[in-house]
Amino acid sequence: MDGLIFLTCAFIAVACAINLVLQTHPISSAISLVGVMVSLAVLYLLLGGEFIGMAQLIVYAGAIMVLFVFVIMLLNAGAERKYKRSVWATVLGVPLLLGLLGLVSYFIHSRVPATDSVQFGAWTGGSARDVGRVLFSTYLLPFEVTSILILIAIVGAVVLAQKEFD
Amino acid sequence: MPATVPLAWYLILSAVLFSIGVAGFLIRRSILTVFMCIELMLNAVNLSFISFAQRWKAVDGHIFSFFVMVVAAAEAAVGLAIILTVFKNRNTLEIDEVSSLKL
Repeated sequence: MDGLIFLTCAFIAVACAINLVLQTHPISSAISLVGVMVSLAVLYLLLGGEFIGMAQLIVYAGAIMVLFVFVIMLLNAGAERKYKRSVWATVLGVPLLLGLLGLVSYFIHSRVPATDSVQFGAWTGGSARDVGRVLFSTYLLPFEVTSILILIAIVGAVVLAQKEFD
Repeated sequence: MPATVPLAWYLILSAVLFSIGVAGFLIRRSILTVFMCIELMLNAVNLSFISFAQRWKAVDGHIFSFFVMVVAAAEAAVGLAIILTVFKNRNTLEIDEVSSLKL
C-alpha cells in the first residue's frame, strides 16, 4: 500500500513539475506548482511529518501560491512570447538532462543501502507536539532570528511595492 | 506492492524534481515562471530533509524544512514585490529585456 501511494504521488508530482516547465502561460504553471506541492504534502504525511505536511499545504499551497496567482492577475501576465533557442540546446538538452538524472539515480542507488527503507507509522515523531518541543528548546535562537527575517521581508515588500510619494 | 518504500526512491524523486526545477530556471524567459521553478527546487530539497528525518528517526530534518518554508515565504514576498517594481518601471516580464547590469 505504501509503495502504491508513493508511486501515485511521485507520478503526479513529476508530471505536474514537467507541465510547470513546459506551459507558456504563468497561470498554468502556477496551478501545476500547486499540484506538485499537494502531492509532496501527501508524501510528507507518508513519512510521518504530520506538522510539516499541514504547514506545506497551508503555507506553500495556500499562502505563497495565492500570492503568485494574485501577482499574475495584477500584472495581467500573458503567455510567454516565442523566442529562438540555439539548435544545440534543443537537440542536446533533454538527452543530457536524462543522462544526468540516470547518473544521479545510479549513485543514490549504489550509495544508499537497499535495506534502508521507510514505512508508514514506523516513526511518529513529527507531530506538532514533538516539532514544537524541539523548535522552542534546541532551535530557539534560529527561530527568533527567523522572526526578524520575516519582519525585514514585510518592511522590504512594503517599501518596494509602495507608490512613490511626491 | 511492498509495505515499505526504499529510502533511495524518495531521494531519486527529490533529485528528479530538483533537476526539472533547474531546467525550467534555465529555459523559461518569464520572470514569474523562473521564480516558480526556484520554489520547486526548494520543495525538492525539503523532501530530502523529511525522508532523512524519517530514516534517522530524528525530528531535526522537519525543523530544517520548516525554516526553508519560512525563508521561501519571505523570499516570495520580497521577490514578487521586486517583480511588481520591475514591471512598473519597464513594462515587461521577459528576463532578456531586463539586462541593464549585463556587461
